[in-house]
Amino acid sequence: MTKSFEAQPEAPLTVNRTATKSYALQESALIKWTFITISLLFLSLFLILPLVSIFVTALEKGWETYIASITHPDALSAIKLTLTVVLIVVPLNAIFGIAAAWVITKFSFKGKNLLITLIDLPFAISPVIAGLIFILLFGAQGLFGEWLYQNDIQIVFAIPGIVIATLFVTFPFVARELIPLMQMQGITEEEASISLGASGFKTFFLVTLPNIKWGLLYGLILCNARTIGEFGAVSVVSGHIRGMTNTMPLHIEILYNEYQFTAAFAVASLMSLLAIITIVIKNFIEWKAEKS
Amino acid sequence: MELTLKKRKRNTIIPGFSLTLGYTMLYLSIIVLLPLSMIFFNTFSMSWSEFFETISHPRAVASYRLTLSTALAAGLMNVVFGTIIAWVLVRYQFPGKRIVDGLVDLPFALPTAVAGIALATLYAPNGWIGQFFDFKIAYTPLGIIIALTFIGLPFVVRTVQPVLQNLGIEIEEASASLGANRLQTFFKVIFPELIPAVITGFSLAFARALGEYGSVVFIAGNMPMETEITPLIIMTKLEQYDYAGATAIATVMLVASFIFLLIINIIQWYTNRKFNQF
Repeated sequence: MTKSFEAQPEAPLTVNRTATKSYALQESALIKWTFITISLLFLSLFLILPLVSIFVTALEKGWETYIASITHPDALSAIKLTLTVVLIVVPLNAIFGIAAAWVITKFSFKGKNLLITLIDLPFAISPVIAGLIFILLFGAQGLFGEWLYQNDIQIVFAIPGIVIATLFVTFPFVARELIPLMQMQGITEEEASISLGASGFKTFFLVTLPNIKWGLLYGLILCNARTIGEFGAVSVVSGHIRGMTNTMPLHIEILYNEYQFTAAFAVASLMSLLAIITIVIKNFIEWKAEKS
Repeated sequence: MELTLKKRKRNTIIPGFSLTLGYTMLYLSIIVLLPLSMIFFNTFSMSWSEFFETISHPRAVASYRLTLSTALAAGLMNVVFGTIIAWVLVRYQFPGKRIVDGLVDLPFALPTAVAGIALATLYAPNGWIGQFFDFKIAYTPLGIIIALTFIGLPFVVRTVQPVLQNLGIEIEEASASLGANRLQTFFKVIFPELIPAVITGFSLAFARALGEYGSVVFIAGNMPMETEITPLIIMTKLEQYDYAGATAIATVMLVASFIFLLIINIIQWYTNRKFNQF
């Protein structure tokens, strides 16, 4: 994709258009390396050092403290709760994303643009507000509060609240990746499949799904990362009950506020590893998608 | 041609229209629309004077000012450095480039709370970076700007990068052969092409920064009137079971972000028209 802007003095002019080193088409080496240095310095201060500091602080007091921090019962229950939330939220938003992308890209109907805008809406809303709306809906003084209390159902300050607030925050991820992809691919392949007698579901699984698998996986990865890391919305609805409604980010917050820095960074290092794995998978998907 | 195309689409043989539309609408209503309508529903149940008093409280007003100014400063930081990084990643070869490119996505993948504690520790007066500065960075508005810059960086880089990649070298060659030097070519030929992407990247980063909570609370210090962001005011009111107050402030934030999105859309429309008129 990117053309090489490196000068190649030996190459004959007719072969390579950028053969002669010309400052009209490229910057001097001085400017080039100044820009590279600025970029690397900026990224070091804002991205690299924070990442390195997490692992250094986590291991400051040795492996034993590290292992003890991440195998503490509260930490383990936080990890378990976070995984539970992921297993519920990611599939639900994936099914929605596929359904929404299907209806938006395979059919034309009135109000389609409004629907796309509404799907993107959660991205424009503060996570704290995302938590607040579910308190207003399911809290003790909320719209359904009375009814839920009488039927002894707890949503807010319990796991269902965490799940539904996370569903809201990560709502657009899969749909947003699939819509432009499926738009580009058009409807001809599906039409061919249907007119040859395949059922709708068979067409989806045998024709559409193989076409969108990388885009879908990409959306799932992003949705998964945000689900694991969501803090603001979950913080509002969880009630911070230790060992019960603490997800990993909330557990980190409690440890940090109690000045248990090593333990906080130990759990944070686990989440950073997950983030690094996410980036590696994302790059792998991009590479795969580019190849196909 | 267009008419037949439309007709064909309407009579498409692809099944599942009512199923997927119905499911999409139902799920959207339950997860997003109904809960979000609660904000306006609850605001309307407040009296006007009560509402106005809450949203114009000096502490709230100070938080609006802080949130807006830090989000703006972080957005501008990202415009400058994000564009440089995108340029470097597209145009230059240097060792470790692939890793740097991947790393730009870190703020998308790293949980905000993790970023928050890491940045707070680094930029604290005795931290790795903070110790080299005579003035405080963490626990001041500067710290908030740092956290918001971290959060917003990939938005700018990832919107400018593909535009730069798709920019043909032909227009630069044309510019050079017409006698422009490199600086002129950049500012008069390349930069105008980047403006719509830069604006989009800025607005995405800015919108995210307005509502950001997790990465900011740890580094902000959270002093009322000084380093208290608006999402934190909502949080504090919720902890005091002041749901009406929290909702009123949330309404201000929602209205502000909608107005901002509208302005951005108008600017986008204007710049697209201006630069595509040839």
